[in-house]
Parts: sequence; structure tokens; C-alpha cells
Amino acid sequence: MKTTDSDSAQDSQATISDEIARIQDDYQSTGVEETQPRLDYAPYRSSLLRHPTKDPHHADPETIELFAPVFGQRDIGTLESDLTVQHHGEPVGERIVVTGRVVDGEGRPVRHQLVEIWQANASGRYIHKRDQHPAPIDPNFTGVGRTLTDGDGSYAFTTIKPGPYPWKNHHNAWRPAHIHFSLFGQEFTQRMITQMYLPGDPLFALDPIYQSIVDPKARERLVASYDHDVTQHEWSTGYRWDIVLTGSHRTPMEEEDSK
Amino acid sequence: MSSQAILAATPGQTVGPFYGYALPYPGDSELVPAGRAGAIRLHGTVYDGAGQPVPDALIEIWQADENGAVSRAGGSLRRDGFSFTGFGRAAVDPEGHYSFTTVRPGPTGDGAPAFFAMTVFARGLLNRLFTRVYLPDHEAVLDGDRLLRSVAEERRSTLVAEADADGYVFDIHLQGDDETVFLAFPGA
Repeated sequence: MKTTDSDSAQDSQATISDEIARIQDDYQSTGVEETQPRLDYAPYRSSLLRHPTKDPHHADPETIELFAPVFGQRDIGTLESDLTVQHHGEPVGERIVVTGRVVDGEGRPVRHQLVEIWQANASGRYIHKRDQHPAPIDPNFTGVGRTLTDGDGSYAFTTIKPGPYPWKNHHNAWRPAHIHFSLFGQEFTQRMITQMYLPGDPLFALDPIYQSIVDPKARERLVASYDHDVTQHEWSTGYRWDIVLTGSHRTPMEEEDSK
Repeated sequence: MSSQAILAATPGQTVGPFYGYALPYPGDSELVPAGRAGAIRLHGTVYDGAGQPVPDALIEIWQADENGAVSRAGGSLRRDGFSFTGFGRAAVDPEGHYSFTTVRPGPTGDGAPAFFAMTVFARGLLNRLFTRVYLPDHEAVLDGDRLLRSVAEERRSTLVAEADADGYVFDIHLQGDDETVFLAFPGA
């Protein structure tokens, strides 16, 4: 019997990797490009009972869907974009700056909009009580940040490089290090949550969540680039990661109305 | 009309199991204070394909105010108790149940049915899902709605909340016979 309990952790990495490879081969042979993760992706065991089995219903966005919630300076504390200054002491680990631009499908900046992040600490441990990985909690690191994009759609966070951590999808399963990103656009239909990865992670090939994006070019869009121009002298290394939201649907007149 | 997207969108990923200390915030699910005149409850349970509650899902709503106006006010993360921002967020409890305190969205145009725009995130769900929550009150209006008319009749009810004593109940079925109709928008 096939297990659907993600905590049973019975299957080996070899079994999961075989499944990943088979799906990858099938995808390559179709020749139809996909840009988003599969919702139905069995190597990620928790998805088995949580993916819709019916095709999504095509809808033209209407009324409220053509707008997005507005967030302002009063929504954000001034220190929220620097995850290294939220406690009395300095967190342990490699200080990094992650910066980039949020744009829509036409390349237009998503201005003054909310970006939220959360992540594990340098040893791969989340503050979340459900995380029982026996790695140290850092009393100086919560791992939660918020900011607003500027007039050019740019965001920047100062944080600590997250560590990889084990999970119970299968035996000896490890997630590549990542930062969770939550994003809003100018329309509610652009709402998305994703994960940013760091370049060169040896766990990419083994991870069913990353590999659920079956197109290699598409999944590379989740990997930040090291950028020495972002790196600061005797302070932090720097990474750049730009985000493209889905295309927008508003007419130019509606654009004017919303101002 | 819709302009052509020229850039491929960044892929989504699951919200994972550990959003609980990051995304929820005080007052997130209270678009209006519970005691306010006209306050209603929108609540329901998220189920998986085995009919079991999903205890690690996050629901967001975005809606017009009672008069059908789309709020352009900030402040959803630091509510002042008076301004209606139209946005709410609710993590489900250990029984998969979510609950918002809000107002009935008004129609945004003549004869247009009012609905809540809803987004569903969960561990095990590799990308967010969009749906709409229509109100059951005016059948004639629902019958004329463009989206509802385009959905097979036997699935239409998955998009319509049921009235209860405090407001409305809207359950979400990620998979199975009662699977909720989820939406794909052009360019997505």
C-alpha cells in the first residue's frame, strides 16, 4: 500500500529520486513548456491528498479581483526589513543582503507593495513550535521580515543565510536552504507565495518541492544570484533575486481610476 | 483589454508547515471589530481528498465594503478599528477551521453579484489556489452571473456560501467529489 502519511518517512531518497527522474523524462518528451509547479506531484507526499484533481476553471477577473489590498508605511515597522537587529544581540551566521525588483508580466514595477519573508536560522531551525529539528534556536533570530517595495519595485532585506534542514517526506530528506517570500501585485490575481533558493545548492536535485517545477529554466527562476555589487565591504555578502508576477488585466482607464 | 505578458512569471511554491509564526498577525482575520453593527462571520473548514480537515492551511480574503466600494486604504497589518481595508488573513485551527469577522460585500455594479475573492495556501499544496465565495441571498442575481453560468451546474454550489446564524459558512475541499471550483486567470 502506498503511504500518504508524510511523517512515516519510509521511502528512500533513491525511490523519490527515481520518481522525480521519471516525471522529468515524461515532461521533456511532451515539448509543452510549463512555468509553474505541478500541483499533482507524488514525490512530495503531502501533495497526494491536497491537489485538486479537476482542471482549474478559466475566469476573467472582475471587479474586486482587478485591485489589490493597499499597504502603507504604517503597516510596517522600521526595523522589519533587517532580520539581524530584532533582538538584543547579533544572530549567528553569515550576514547577507537579498535585494531585487518585483515586476508584473509586462516588466512594470510593482510599486509600494508588501513583501513578507520567513526562514530558518543559520543552523536550519525555525522558531515555529512544530519544528523539532534538534538544531539550536538562535535567541537573536526570529526569521521574519516585512517591507514595502519602493517606487521602482525594489525591495531589500538584511538577514542571515538560512541553513538546510531535514523533513519527513522520506528517509533522510533534506530541504535546500531557502527563504519563503509572500508577494502581492496590483491585482489580487497576482497574489503568490514562493521560496527563494541560494545558488549551487547540492540538494536541488534531491528535493521534490523544488523539482515539482518540472521545467529546469522555470525552477532556476527561484535561485538568487550572487552579486558582488550588493556585497558590502567588511559587512555582508549580497544576493540579487528579481520576481515576476503574472500579467495584469486592467485597462489603462482602470489604471487611472486606481490612482 | 488584457495586454500580452512578455516575461515568464516566477513559479510559486508551497507555503510549507512553518508560516504560523510569520504570516498571521494580530487582528488579521478581523476586517471589522466583532461587535460592530453589520458585522458578520465568514467561516468554514478546509478538507483534503480523504475528507479529513487540513490543519495547516492559510486563507485570505479580499472584498468590497458594504456599499460595493473597493477600499484603497492601507492599514490591514495594523488595524485602527475604523478603516475598512477589505483584506483579511486567517490561519486554520488544528481542526482545519478558519473564521473571519467582516461585513457583507456589496455589489460593485448594478446587478453584479457580490463575492469574496479568496486565496488558499497549505502545506502539501504546491501553489496557491484562487476561488470566489458568492453569497446565497439573491438567487436571481447568481443565476445571471457570468462565472457561475460557465460552471457545470453540479459544481456551482461549491462557490456559494451557506447562511448560518452569524453569517456564512464556506467549506473548501481541495480534492474529491465535492472539490471546490478553483480559478485560473488569463496570463497566470
